[in-house]
Amino acid sequence: MLLIHCPYCEEDRSELEFRWAGEAHVVRPENIAAISDEEFAEFFFLRNNEKGLTYERWRHIHGCGRFFNAARDTVSDRFLMTYKAGLPKQPLPVAEKFAAIAEEKSVETWEQTEGDAR
Amino acid sequence: MRKYSVFAIAREAMRAHKGWEAQWTSPEPRSSYDVIIVGAGGHGLGAAYYLAKEHGITNIAVIEKGWLGGGNTGRNTTIIRSNYLYEESMDIYEHSLKLWEGLSQDLNYNVMYSPRGVMMLSHNIHDQQSFKRHINANRLYGIDNEWMTPEQAKAFVPVLDISKTARYPINGAALQRRGGTARHDAVAWGFARAAADRGVHIIQNCEVTGIRRGTGGEVQGVETSKGFIGAKKIGVSAAGHSSVVMEMAGVRVPLASNPLQALVSEPMKPIFPCVVMSNTVHAYISQSDKGELVIGAGTDQYNSYSQTGGLQIITHTLDAICELFPMFRRVKMMRQWGGITDNTPDRSPIQGVTPVPGLFVNCGWGTGGFKATPGSANLFAHLIAKGEPHKLAAGLTLDRFRTGRLIDEAAAAAVAH
Repeated sequence: MLLIHCPYCEEDRSELEFRWAGEAHVVRPENIAAISDEEFAEFFFLRNNEKGLTYERWRHIHGCGRFFNAARDTVSDRFLMTYKAGLPKQPLPVAEKFAAIAEEKSVETWEQTEGDAR
Repeated sequence: MRKYSVFAIAREAMRAHKGWEAQWTSPEPRSSYDVIIVGAGGHGLGAAYYLAKEHGITNIAVIEKGWLGGGNTGRNTTIIRSNYLYEESMDIYEHSLKLWEGLSQDLNYNVMYSPRGVMMLSHNIHDQQSFKRHINANRLYGIDNEWMTPEQAKAFVPVLDISKTARYPINGAALQRRGGTARHDAVAWGFARAAADRGVHIIQNCEVTGIRRGTGGEVQGVETSKGFIGAKKIGVSAAGHSSVVMEMAGVRVPLASNPLQALVSEPMKPIFPCVVMSNTVHAYISQSDKGELVIGAGTDQYNSYSQTGGLQIITHTLDAICELFPMFRRVKMMRQWGGITDNTPDRSPIQGVTPVPGLFVNCGWGTGGFKATPGSANLFAHLIAKGEPHKLAAGLTLDRFRTGRLIDEAAAAAVAH
């Protein structure tokens, strides 16, 4: 189970409190009635599905209820950062950090830090 | 290839089993092939086999990043059924089920297809209405599926708890008797052996790192960890990594890769006669011929390529199993693993041409691709050979997300697909 930092509550909470909410920074076209079928399919169905760094939305549904954004590595499932909704796509704090983090095999999980093991 | 038969066993028994030959070869890749298939799972190997058998194309390479059958083919819970709601789905899954019925003979390889029945439990009035709709749709289409009362279900699966005080009371069930299970590894091995016998090259431990395209945009071949390999046609059958491979050709596909977990118990004597699934409380369970209970859990909610998953997903499924079958509460679970499923927005597969000439895709089988293995492979071979889809797979195009003609099995089959 993932351990997720809510940028509003400023706490690490278990994944049970959160809902994944899809790719972040997808912009709804302003003239949605006017766009072509291809553009609509792109907006509505096509997502990046990256292997590696991904930007995604989460909702702290059983906590503060708010949406926020996260950067995560989809190979290790490690969260690189979370930030508030409405902010533009945030650069990673250190460019090399991602590579270094990706090298690490273990991911801090809820079970290790908060669960029965502790 | 030497045929497997009772005489072969007798002959080998006489000479201490020293005469068995390797089931397939591991050749070095040629510089080019007529067709390259990316991904040596059941679907990819099967497509190569049917290309060779039914379309006379034998200059084929199946290129695999790991070992054959090591992805989702070797990780699923081996459930076979065809009781889907929509005609597009019934067409392809029933085509597949019919191929399952003769597959062991066709391949001369025992895939252990066992039509032991797939029972789907109904817990509430919504389930009942939905299942009866499925049953009626299936029977009108010539596919077997029948309604059972709780007592009939209990007679079929004696360990099922149908008491009124159960936490998840059961008000009936749908049973497809021709559904069942097969031995997943044998499917990959059987297709590999039969394809290799017809001259197909299976190239394992060779990762595709790029797709090279010509001036007209057409495919020319693939860049791999063993160098460039040319091909006029490329079929991508890469399951959870389909997005990654298709991106190499500049094609975006509407897929989300999610971990899906399964687990098996310690082996026991035969106790469980069929496959039982409950979509509502999310549990599905069968017993393998080795005696292990094979249990499928759900997908994680987020995209991931980690081939693992959250512990809460498994415990949620086991909670349900223990309520439905109280006698399994003291069974020890032995192994757990995850695979990466490729899910489309409408939860139906994509098989068809792509905007890139010479590039064909077979993906999006999500959490239910094993049952489709022979049917999907057979129709994918037709697509690659003819350049256009077989009529049974005509609705599964990539283009349906532009036209809006979706196959909305997401609502029909819920989560256990």
